[in-house]
Amino acid sequence: MNPLDSLWGTVIAGLVLTLILYVIVRLAIGG
Amino acid sequence: MDWGAFIQYGLVRWLHIGAGVMWIGLLYYFNFVQVAALKAAQADNTAAGISKHVAPRALLFFRWAAVVTWLAGATILGAHLFDAFFFLQQAYAPIGVGAWLGTIMLFNVWVLIWPNQKKILGIVQASDEEKAKARRVAFLASRTNTMLSIPMLFFMVASGGVFRTALFPMAG
Repeated sequence: MNPLDSLWGTVIAGLVLTLILYVIVRLAIGG
Repeated sequence: MDWGAFIQYGLVRWLHIGAGVMWIGLLYYFNFVQVAALKAAQADNTAAGISKHVAPRALLFFRWAAVVTWLAGATILGAHLFDAFFFLQQAYAPIGVGAWLGTIMLFNVWVLIWPNQKKILGIVQASDEEKAKARRVAFLASRTNTMLSIPMLFFMVASGGVFRTALFPMAG
């Protein structure tokens, strides 16, 4: 099952990706 | 008055946001409205109207708005374009992530979505098998862009003003 096949799966994947990238960038710039 | 800054950070930023609204607005129209509408329309044989009159016009503004958005964004970054894209300065890291996401999305529009939509809409010749494959590739690329738009918008708004101070206080 590909999460992108459903709209909710797409939105949730986007939110999870946002959180992951935010944590990575904060850690990378010393936060 | 600094006319260079007025144009780069005022007018071009205004254009960047306006074109971006059109790009992402149409992306959301495709994903939240048109996909489901086409499915329903196919059931009562009215899909041709959407495919013939709506989709080509929406795709025209969609793909060119993507180009204008990217070019305006690159203009705003100006001399700091490489600082952002290659994370050469901490201060440009948040906008760098947003810029990379926007660039991947632009690639998806022109390399995956538009060439496959041309086959689906009959703008270029394609067999039924090629059309079925094109439909899946275009759909997944469009859904990927919808997913990427969420962090892309976050990093765009988190890169300036009070939002930046709140979300990345260490970025300087």
